[in-house]
Amino acid sequence: MNVLEALRSKVWLSAGLLLIGLLLLPFLVEAGLGKSWVRILDFALLYIMLALGLNIVVGYAGLLDLGYVAFYAVGAYCWALLASPHFGLNLPFWMILPMGAALAALFGVLLGAPTLRLRGDYLAIVTLGFGEIIRIFMNNLNSPVNITNGPQGITQIEPVSLFGFSLGKTQEVFGLTLSSPHLYYYLFLVCVALVVFVSMRLENSRIGRAWVAIREDEMAAAASGINTRNVKLLAFAMGATFGGLSGGLFASFQGFVSPESFNLMESIMILAMIVLGGMGNIWGVILGAILVTMIPEALRYTGDLQRALFGQVYVDPADLRMLLFGIALVLMMIFRPAGLLPSKQRKRELAEEAP
Amino acid sequence: MKDLLRVEAVSKHFGGIKALTDVSFTVRKGEIFGVIGPNGAGKTTLFNALTGLYQPDSGAIELDGVSLYRRKPHQILKTGFARTFQNIRLFHNMTALENVMVGRHTRTTSGVLAALLHTAHNRKEERDCAAYAMQLLNRVGIGKHAHSLAKNLSYGDQRRLEIARALASEPKLLALDEPAAGMNPNEKNALRELMVSLRSEGLTLMLIEHDVKLVMGICDRLVVLDYGEKIAEGTPETVRHDPKVIAAYLGAEVAA
Amino acid sequence: MDIFAQQLVNGLVLGSVYALVALGYTLVYGILELINFAHGETTMMGAMISLAVIGALFGVAPDLPGIVIVLTGLLVAIPSCMLLGYGIERVAYRPLRHAPRLAPLITAIGLSIVLQNVAMLIWGKQYIAFPTTLLPQGRHEIFGATITDVQIMILVLTVTLMAGLVTMVNRSRLGRAMRATAQAPAVAQLMGVNINAVISATFVIGAGLAAIAGVMVSANYGQAHYHMGFLLGLKAFSAAVLGGIGNLTGAMLGGMLLGIIEALGAGYIGDLTGGFLGSHYQDIFAFMVLILVLTLKPSGLLGSKSVERA
Repeated sequence: MNVLEALRSKVWLSAGLLLIGLLLLPFLVEAGLGKSWVRILDFALLYIMLALGLNIVVGYAGLLDLGYVAFYAVGAYCWALLASPHFGLNLPFWMILPMGAALAALFGVLLGAPTLRLRGDYLAIVTLGFGEIIRIFMNNLNSPVNITNGPQGITQIEPVSLFGFSLGKTQEVFGLTLSSPHLYYYLFLVCVALVVFVSMRLENSRIGRAWVAIREDEMAAAASGINTRNVKLLAFAMGATFGGLSGGLFASFQGFVSPESFNLMESIMILAMIVLGGMGNIWGVILGAILVTMIPEALRYTGDLQRALFGQVYVDPADLRMLLFGIALVLMMIFRPAGLLPSKQRKRELAEEAP
Repeated sequence: MKDLLRVEAVSKHFGGIKALTDVSFTVRKGEIFGVIGPNGAGKTTLFNALTGLYQPDSGAIELDGVSLYRRKPHQILKTGFARTFQNIRLFHNMTALENVMVGRHTRTTSGVLAALLHTAHNRKEERDCAAYAMQLLNRVGIGKHAHSLAKNLSYGDQRRLEIARALASEPKLLALDEPAAGMNPNEKNALRELMVSLRSEGLTLMLIEHDVKLVMGICDRLVVLDYGEKIAEGTPETVRHDPKVIAAYLGAEVAA
Repeated sequence: MDIFAQQLVNGLVLGSVYALVALGYTLVYGILELINFAHGETTMMGAMISLAVIGALFGVAPDLPGIVIVLTGLLVAIPSCMLLGYGIERVAYRPLRHAPRLAPLITAIGLSIVLQNVAMLIWGKQYIAFPTTLLPQGRHEIFGATITDVQIMILVLTVTLMAGLVTMVNRSRLGRAMRATAQAPAVAQLMGVNINAVISATFVIGAGLAAIAGVMVSANYGQAHYHMGFLLGLKAFSAAVLGGIGNLTGAMLGGMLLGIIEALGAGYIGDLTGGFLGSHYQDIFAFMVLILVLTLKPSGLLGSKSVERA
């Protein structure tokens, strides 16, 4: 066996171990931390998809989008409207999911088009404005024609179901009893793998290089033959597609959507995942998404801690989490601007001095 | 020799300031064509107007019979007109090789789907693109830095990398905006050799340069701008003795 | 009652608040070309601090004249916010002055979150009422519209502050240093201008105006809330962009215009869309204005500085 083969078998071995670990993870988590943590795990996977989507727009193409949650909302509402008693529809998931993703991509292009000439911080504010406009419409499109059911949101959304096998209830698989969060975990895991695969392939492609070139110097990119308008729109569309996909999955998993789930803070959280993890680096972004999802849950225990120490809860742990994120964002930018896991070779936009 | 670039009565103003007024000249196939003039004469503005970074107000620009007037920069590049920048504009956080590969954007076609599926065509294209880029890096003499980040290259190497990136698009005409600025005599010589060898391969070059010795020594013909207007055009010999040019700025330095 | 005249009055009052906050954005942008994302929260802090002082004073000495109590609140809020503005610049922006543009934007977002949550931890999640009885309660009729004493006070104070600011920027030594720094920071520095001091002063002035605006808005609506700064800041920013960011007159004009657009828009949107959209869409006008201006005329109504990348 030569060195290359040895190396290859080593890679396969670690990949195999990783896969087994990921498959067993929900059982370990349930045994170690309790049932509710399997749901948290599911959300972490959803956020990984969202963060990787935003990473294409912000990390690769350098377009600071603060209204990203709008695409998540579009995907979620698309599913909610087409698979719930609200309109009495129940389309199969293999139809709705692509529809939601495509619709989100369309929104990505529509919202991206007017912003193409704008520079970083203006782009951020305009996209933020778009995100808020979409939320205002979701909140108010319940009259005169009831489309979104307003602030009450849409309930009783159908879960993912394939050939009559519903992920919404406990099922027996190969003799194992799997609850709904377990089932969704495996679905989301497949989706995350897909999104990671797409990100990796795009990163090392002609289009990926064009995105990074635009981020680095838009004028030089144009002078190098890149149609900056189309390539930027493509970034918006790809990012939005991931957002729409995650949105659809979120609606089916949660069974309920309302405008409250899609506020500005959600966009900022997704941005925080990228910034903390390491902008432009797939593994950094994944780490960021996991941390940002898990830490607030862990902070819940500070309530118990407060009670143990002071006999009462002074600060609601849920309130504490946003405060900590705010502080973390500031500190990260000042002391470790490239994130926890910066791309090895490229410190990317935030690491270097301005030209 | 045939004409390659025809520039006719191109004007550009910013607010009330006339940056270019009715500038006309032609660049012939296979020559090195100089653009000179005192600071603020409008040389870089001319390059920007020709390559689509500024929209000219009026005039006509044709490359090999194709109009470039008011086309987008990427369309102009595709027609065969590549350029470099006075204040080096590289993709700093990409490797030298990747910079040149970006330069091949118009000569490659793979889209999102091809990249996702890793089609045979896509894989071949990526391989060929990298090989071509590597060849160009060697050509300009920085092959050993292929995997360094552009921002970590020395100043002279960054200039060369920019030329390699521009060459990657296989242009008919390459416009260099002060390529020798800040270079030491050795680097200048290497640059001169590179330009001459590119010309011998049939490439046409345009050159903005402050180093009068370099310009006069290498250019086949020149155009001289002053306050956004053309004041002379011709061989270095005729331009050198043109009283208008001497008056405008060359002065004793060239006449001597 | 004439709806048009009434909405015009409401719009002018609302516009005064936007204009004062917009001045803060535009002052900072003029000098640093940076959007001070946390400026809306400074306004909120101004409102909350003044309300806390007013509430405490009213509790201790209810016999004091109402106007004295409110003025005391204002006089505490202004320096507090100035200090806050100074701190924001030192913590979030100065360390990143030469960093890429995304970096200060992200610290600013982080700081906004921090300020909001600090306010929430101190004052809670509920709305805090402004004791409106402290201020004169008069109502006047002009051109078929009703205008309250508080609204008149807001308009007068705004005009006075604007006149003062313009005089300061055009006549005073500090104003001259500010204009020089905005034009060419490096040259200004060579000429002996202390750039850091000028930048700090700019933040401090902007924050002082924001504090006053915060008190005004809570007096006008009779309440304040830890979350009020976000939307207010965003709208004021839109106003600054509408007028031409970096331009003082533009910020005032943009603020007034946006206030009027919003008030009239909210009053007539139902009629305009055949009843399809109602007045709860009021908040989208600012965003629409922002998006339209930035896409059609990024330099705004009076701006000369190009917003686009050169």
